[in-house]
Amino acid sequence: MAVPISYNIRNLVLRKGATVMTALGIALTVATAIFILALLAGLRDAFATSGNPLNVLVLRKGSNSELAAGGVDRDAMQVIRDLPGIARDAKGETMVSGETILVVVLPRQDGTGDTNVTVRFLTPVGIEMRPEIKLAAGRWFTPGQREMVVSESVHDRFAQSNLGDSIWIGKGPWKIVGIFDSAGSAHESEVWGDINQLASDFDRTTFSSVLIRANDPVAAAALKNQVTDDIRLKLNGMLEPEYFAQQTKTGGPIKFVGFMVAFIMAVGSCFAAMNTMYSAVAYRSREIATLRVLGFSRPSILTSFVLESLMLALLGAAVGIVLMLPFNGMTTGTSNPVTFSEAIFSLRMTSRVILSATIFAVVMGLFGGIAPAWHAARQNILNALRG
Amino acid sequence: MTLASFVRKNAFRNKRRSILTVLSIGFSLLLLTFMMTIWRAFYIDAGSAESTQRIIVRNKVSLVFSIPSYYREKIRALPGVKSVVPQRWFGGTYKDPNKDKQFAQFGTDPQELFAVYRDFQIPPDQLEAWQRDRAGCVVDQQLAKDHGWKIGDRIFIKGTIFPTDLELTLRGIYSAPANTLSMYFNSTYLDEAYTPIKGAVGFYGVLADSAQSVPQVAKEIDDTFRNADRATKSESEKAFGLGWIAMMGNVKAFILSICGAVVFATLLVSANTIAMSIRERTREVALLKTLGFTKRAVLKLFIGEAVSVALLGGLLGVIAAPALIWLMAQSPQGGFFFTNIKVTAMTILVAMLAAAAVGFLSAFVPAYNAARGNIVEGLRHIG
Repeated sequence: MAVPISYNIRNLVLRKGATVMTALGIALTVATAIFILALLAGLRDAFATSGNPLNVLVLRKGSNSELAAGGVDRDAMQVIRDLPGIARDAKGETMVSGETILVVVLPRQDGTGDTNVTVRFLTPVGIEMRPEIKLAAGRWFTPGQREMVVSESVHDRFAQSNLGDSIWIGKGPWKIVGIFDSAGSAHESEVWGDINQLASDFDRTTFSSVLIRANDPVAAAALKNQVTDDIRLKLNGMLEPEYFAQQTKTGGPIKFVGFMVAFIMAVGSCFAAMNTMYSAVAYRSREIATLRVLGFSRPSILTSFVLESLMLALLGAAVGIVLMLPFNGMTTGTSNPVTFSEAIFSLRMTSRVILSATIFAVVMGLFGGIAPAWHAARQNILNALRG
Repeated sequence: MTLASFVRKNAFRNKRRSILTVLSIGFSLLLLTFMMTIWRAFYIDAGSAESTQRIIVRNKVSLVFSIPSYYREKIRALPGVKSVVPQRWFGGTYKDPNKDKQFAQFGTDPQELFAVYRDFQIPPDQLEAWQRDRAGCVVDQQLAKDHGWKIGDRIFIKGTIFPTDLELTLRGIYSAPANTLSMYFNSTYLDEAYTPIKGAVGFYGVLADSAQSVPQVAKEIDDTFRNADRATKSESEKAFGLGWIAMMGNVKAFILSICGAVVFATLLVSANTIAMSIRERTREVALLKTLGFTKRAVLKLFIGEAVSVALLGGLLGVIAAPALIWLMAQSPQGGFFFTNIKVTAMTILVAMLAAAAVGFLSAFVPAYNAARGNIVEGLRHIG
């Protein structure tokens, strides 16, 4: 017969001080784990969900970033335009967008210094090919003008990025005329401007990348292969989602340090939980012996104490989750090793993050509870009753 | 029996509890020491004496844009400048980037590199061999050890930023005060393989005549090119490094919040232990007081116990911290950063002080209550 759970709950309540302190310790560990997991979930969201599977991104062979030197020249661009399977927009133009990426330094809003921000130069067709991106304020840039639009996050995080401000690139200032909402994609970290204007600034005739919209998924796969296999072009095509997926390695350092921190804190918390449970067992040794005399078996005593430890851990997990709730959705940035500039993303406490944190706490509770519970179940009845 | 031996005996009378507490505090203090060491490496360490004399000059807009190579002689002509060396980040990959340890490669001028980086040591014959071979390279000794390279080995680097690969011959192995895990090759090799970048440089390393003149020289360089086609941004090597750290995000807040969480968790663990221990001894405390021990003496007793347990945990933590850093240095991701950081005596001292403070604070409230408690009630206590 199992020991009723209410017995454990009453005991936890009775030893309020120890329960609260141990649970808080576990809560801090869980909060740290949630913080790290939420950062990683936010990064994954920004990159893994970016890109349209119908879009094919073309880069120079051997390069893995839009920032690399050399790229697609005008001749290659002409070859690409004539490939079969490319979608056409309402005006009947092929949906091919030659783009160039630059990095500029902008001062942070909070005064913590300057950082690199990606600037993408493209044509209105390029905007059209990313329908998830909507204008939030102002207007899009006018082709042929030194005008730019910034993402909402860039607008929030950086000084000099309000409507009417200017950013100095190439031969002069570019005026900010609009703010766009990137729907949580990787473009959240970008500033957009007109490519023809840029080309005249730098006398540049090459694009760092070309984006092609295919008619359908089959055409997309075919376009990707055609671009890659054409030896005249020396180019490499990939589906847009593939390109962004490889950038999730941006979270590498966070993952590396974060997991280690969470692990060490968890080991510390395990010992603390073990301590509390051992003391709970010692405190109640006579009670446990009485339970045994009444006919409760060893396994049920063992289960009862492990459950008590689990409850302690779950209480900690609940407190930790509540502690972290205010941080959900907070925007932050880290450096993107592919574009050498800031990747902006939000902390996301997804259900998976919460579930992982809870499992993490349960494991702590198990490790902390098993040895003391074993000890309780193995106790000699007579000695315990006498003590 | 002295107070000290009384404390010692009592601190370990419940062995299991004391050991668990020491371990728990030990792990927390390990993390604290680790985080403080990273903090120190990022924000406090000034670097070698030679490094404080160096300035990095880059394009004002961003490091991604190059600056003209004719700037070199203009910079050299400025007062306070001793040497100038151009450098360019190649950003290639070695073997399989997912499996093999990667490193930085810079194109540079072999004639002047070691004049600017005077704290790098290289045998003169190796330097000469490198200067004579346009397709030669030099590497950090740690890097040579990691990959098992010997002089004369062929090293193949695949270009990712530039549409060209490098086939280099190892001509020299240098040692630096802090491992750089970098490879240097002759930038002429790259200029000829990929002509669009000829006449352009990634950034300049400048050696000023003294550390004091660094801000002045940096300002002069920027003033010189203020109205030029490509304006520059010059800053000390340390400031340049901090810029990279700032790019990783709000590192300061991240480290501080983890340290805060760790210290608070330690406080909870210690307070919990001491509270349990005091509760069990309510009767004993009453007895001590009956025997004539003052409240003060009882208070000291418990605080002494808590502080010694916390210090023991702290000791464990600071001993384990260098081991943890060594472990991190072995991994492919953390290798570059962690090979260069060391736990200093100052960090250890701060960690131990934190442990002592945690022990003291955690014991104060329960010990104070116990010392103040009513004797008669204490003697009656069943527990």
